[in-house]
Amino acid sequence: MSRIEREVVEPREKARSVDKAQLVHYYQQMLAIRRMEEALAKAYALRKFGGFLHLYIGQEAVAVGAIAALKPEDYVIATYREHAHAYAKGMAAKQIIAEMYGKETGCSKGLGGSMHLFDAPRNFLGGYGIVGGHIPIAAGTAYASKYRGDGRVTLCFFGDGSVAQGAFHEGVALAALWRLPVVFICENNLYSMGTPLYRSLSVTDVSQKALGYGIARDRFDGEDVLRVRDRIGEAVRRARNESMPTLVEIRTYRFRGHSMSDAGLYRTKEEVEEWKKRDPVGFGRALLEKANVPEAEIAAIEAKVKEEIEEAVQFAEDSPELAYERLAEFTYKE
Amino acid sequence: MPTVAYREALNQAMAEEMERDDRIFLMGEEVGHYNGAYKVSKGLLDKFGEKRVIDTPIAEGGFVGVGIGAAMVGLRPIIELMTWNFSLVAADQLINNAAKIRQMSGGQFTLPVVFRGPGGSAHQLAAQHSQSTEALWAHIPGLKVVMPANPKDAKGLLKSAIRDDNPIVFIEGEVMYGDQGEIPEGEYTIPLGVAEVKRQGKDLTIIGWSKMVKLALQVAEQLAPEGIDIEVVDPRTIRPLDEALLVQSVKKTGRCLILEEGWPFNGVGAEIAYRIGKACFDDLDAPVERLTGADMPMPYNHHLEAMCVPDAARTIAAVKRVLYLE
Repeated sequence: MSRIEREVVEPREKARSVDKAQLVHYYQQMLAIRRMEEALAKAYALRKFGGFLHLYIGQEAVAVGAIAALKPEDYVIATYREHAHAYAKGMAAKQIIAEMYGKETGCSKGLGGSMHLFDAPRNFLGGYGIVGGHIPIAAGTAYASKYRGDGRVTLCFFGDGSVAQGAFHEGVALAALWRLPVVFICENNLYSMGTPLYRSLSVTDVSQKALGYGIARDRFDGEDVLRVRDRIGEAVRRARNESMPTLVEIRTYRFRGHSMSDAGLYRTKEEVEEWKKRDPVGFGRALLEKANVPEAEIAAIEAKVKEEIEEAVQFAEDSPELAYERLAEFTYKE
Repeated sequence: MPTVAYREALNQAMAEEMERDDRIFLMGEEVGHYNGAYKVSKGLLDKFGEKRVIDTPIAEGGFVGVGIGAAMVGLRPIIELMTWNFSLVAADQLINNAAKIRQMSGGQFTLPVVFRGPGGSAHQLAAQHSQSTEALWAHIPGLKVVMPANPKDAKGLLKSAIRDDNPIVFIEGEVMYGDQGEIPEGEYTIPLGVAEVKRQGKDLTIIGWSKMVKLALQVAEQLAPEGIDIEVVDPRTIRPLDEALLVQSVKKTGRCLILEEGWPFNGVGAEIAYRIGKACFDDLDAPVERLTGADMPMPYNHHLEAMCVPDAARTIAAVKRVLYLE
């Protein structure tokens, strides 16, 4: 049995606003992310594209819930496991899938791939391949917001593996020192690649790191999209109204390996099955049922998502590649 | 024309640009209340306030990253590194983020940010504080590398660097801050990527940058009475490199010596020598010669240190080798 066991963290549920249209939206987003990644896994297995592919399956409520707490002008920056954050921030599935395929119609023209999705119009500031390297950048975009007084908040997602990096310390320390409007979200899925939490951090309650920087902290489980939205909402308000950063640790779990090349043999089947009982997409569907959304309506959402992803895959398949002659224009701006 | 110190020229460039554009801010260790470790930012805090002249903790990876993030969303930061030696702590930010974000994002994000500070060897600072890093940065596509050799160039190039939309590595000569020189009155800029002939000559071209320009000019004057007429060319910007002017000069003189303070292996001089060799093959009367720093970490000992960087005597010997006079 793994030494990583189910740990209930800070439940403190509040009365939540349940708006049917919002529930439908969250479920649609989580399901689309799930289906998109399943399609990507399949295409990858068929060698339709290469590179690393880090799937987010099992963590969907974190990206969807957290980004639901934002305004469109707010910034989001993430790691190499960022497909869901890009989609939740408004990027179309076809732009994401075409990017995996390395096509010119991809969000980054096929130059970034799975780990480097960017969407400037939607203020999605990218996925980054070096663990923790984007955390100081998040402090920088928050710095710009404070400098301009534009009221924007930066959400910075990273995994538990980032917490051991010096870049994490420097980024959070500067944000705290300068009181920057940023929310640091540790998506603690209990493993940095194949290394379990207890072997990579001496203090496995990541939110406690906040104490050393003198900033607010929060910590909770991430299977419920509404909990994520409401709790991140508090941190976003603190950032926007008080210009104070928060360090949030969300306990979650990836159902797949670290990447497509990882069979995940360091975890027991029982552990994975235990977490699958708390599938955020299933939880989202249950919320709809509880809100008395008719089954036919739910089925219609699911059919629409299926169609959206199929069309996106076809779009990626049919799209052209960028000409080599054009590459130089992306290295420097004239 | 007014005469100012190299540090004052840099200070003027920043002050004038910050006056012109309020998206520009200066950030770094000791840049504000201490007025700059080398006093390059002297008075800027008083002029622009704490919002635009920001002291940072000793956290290069952190504040270099802050500059990158701020540039991504529309500000135009100047990030001072107390010395380029410390930039190595922030190498991931400079190489993996600053240089690559534009390309990785398919051109969606551009980064108008200047990273500046002193580089090159100084006096008895030993291995970790005495080194030339331009070859490292110039190796990275996505970065531009600028190295002014006198106050006039320092001001004009820094203004252009601040106005450029790309990440700039701006390396100042650590032992040159007190150098005096004439600068034009009023507003002027010097374009990046344009070399300058610092001295006209017909017998041999010396290519050098930063502190090596001074050495080349000194040697040229020293050898003039012997009837040796040296042309000195300063690329000023290492990347992009003004190959055309370097080639034009060597085609004229037929001989070339490259002076480089840094290490020889994979150095900037190695790249320039290749380009000269290729473009001037039919015009060269001797192989392209290099005189570089020693291929080892800098020793602390004063006499040994002096042996590890090009000096006048060894430069003169190299000139004579290229001229087949010895």
